[in-house]
Amino acid sequence: MSVDVAWAEAWIRSSAKVLSEHRAELNTLDREIGDGDHGENMDRGFQAMLPKLDSLTDAATPAELLKALAATLISTVGGAAGPLYGTAYLKAAAAVSGAAELDGPAIIALLTAGRDGIVLRGKAESGDKTMIDAWTPAVDAATEAAAAGASAALILAAAADAAEAGAVATEPWVARKGRASYLGERAIGHRDPGAQSTALILRCGADAAAQA
Amino acid sequence: MKKLVNDPKNVVDEAVAGFGAAHGDIVRVSLDPVFIVRTDAPVSGKVGIVSGGGSGHEPLHGGFVGLGMLDAAVPGAVFTSPTPDPILAATKAVDGGAGVLHIVKNYTGDVLNFETAADLAAADDIEVRSVIVDDDVAVKDSLYTAGRRGVAGTVLVEKIAGAAAERGDDLDTVATVAEKVIGRVRSMGVALTPCVVPHAGEPSFTLADDEIEIGIGIHGEPGRERIKMEPADAIVDRILGPILEDLPVTAGDKVLLFVNGMGGTPQVELYIVFRRAAEVLADRGIEVTRTLVGNFTTSLEMQGMSITVLTLDDELTTLWDAPVHTAALRWGK
Repeated sequence: MSVDVAWAEAWIRSSAKVLSEHRAELNTLDREIGDGDHGENMDRGFQAMLPKLDSLTDAATPAELLKALAATLISTVGGAAGPLYGTAYLKAAAAVSGAAELDGPAIIALLTAGRDGIVLRGKAESGDKTMIDAWTPAVDAATEAAAAGASAALILAAAADAAEAGAVATEPWVARKGRASYLGERAIGHRDPGAQSTALILRCGADAAAQA
Repeated sequence: MKKLVNDPKNVVDEAVAGFGAAHGDIVRVSLDPVFIVRTDAPVSGKVGIVSGGGSGHEPLHGGFVGLGMLDAAVPGAVFTSPTPDPILAATKAVDGGAGVLHIVKNYTGDVLNFETAADLAAADDIEVRSVIVDDDVAVKDSLYTAGRRGVAGTVLVEKIAGAAAERGDDLDTVATVAEKVIGRVRSMGVALTPCVVPHAGEPSFTLADDEIEIGIGIHGEPGRERIKMEPADAIVDRILGPILEDLPVTAGDKVLLFVNGMGGTPQVELYIVFRRAAEVLADRGIEVTRTLVGNFTTSLEMQGMSITVLTLDDELTTLWDAPVHTAALRWGK
């Protein structure tokens, strides 16, 4: 059950599959409070990564794959999600650069750097009804799990659970960032599509580690 | 909905190809990645100026590429920000060694993609400065929104910053001039009908026959209020009020008054609007010394208009009057 380059590949492949399956759902969430293309854009970005994975068979570390994913998302997703997720993976990769296998502290470093990258790029705070509202609970839960001595796989599972709860928690909120912020009260009752895609992606990371 | 398109997927590529074919004396176009540059780019020793954003606002931004204005424009899909790759490619194509200014409208996607492109350009040793245009007073600028949107005032920022770069100002000075314009320009718009994004095929919002949306965004985003149709003068008064409340202007000041069509409103109506707006400014003792009327920042086929007021001083007036030679604006060459 090691969290290594095979895990990173499985994480990316299952993210592509799951985002494809949830494309319409993410589009619908986005249509309600944004411009309706979040599922489309994320699906396009992760699909574009699949042929690259096939040609990155020499990669020895998770960081190499995550960095390639970052570049792919930045150049194919567009809108706000492309630079945000791209920066997250780029910073996450830098945080675990050179490590062939990720232990608990490395997983925390990866998740924290990813979250910080999104905060840096998007300048959102917790409670603004953005993907940060899935990422930050995930980082906090992972940190707690690591402090309690959990394995890398269980740390990732704790992160995924918290991200899912965090995405659901955005539903009653008014948005303070992005296009949804112009809707004011009209954003209430809708889950943030970015928080939802983050929850899906982190669940894929946990599942990949459980099966690794 | 009838539109002069072929495959909706090819709208931007085909339009950019046509633009390049029509204006080959002023611009050349790249189709992969998509961007438009002036024929003589990069101009050695001159600050390069790049703007861009979703398509559907033509002539913004491609129509403003040329002498005295933009060095490059980067069109994204209709109403969708371009990704960093074409922005980076355009930035490299116009870098004449004096650095590059990015002029970005304040939409989250545009801001993030341009920021990312600026980081990538910095990694390639190109000095990039960015300014964010946020002239739309319809949207509250508070901690609780993404801030005011960038709309038609962008044209004035591009013209004046372009003139500063053309006369040889360095990157810091050009950025300072652009910021000065941004600090003194305010806009607000109204929609009489919605627009239809080609690949969506349906109106992006609905308005009843007798309704208008005051404070509309250039992608059809909601504004301040939806009201019953009124005579032109009453609508002008509703729009000009918030602009003058927010604009740093006092009696005796000189301004540039810009009435912008959203794409589907005839010129004859724009001049009716201009007439009233000029009257209101004159009543307040504000002198209109420069003007612009026409379709410059559109929202596809939307009927409606926006009013933009820029408080001038001698420097900005001189830069506004400086020669410009682009597809959509040209004088003084």
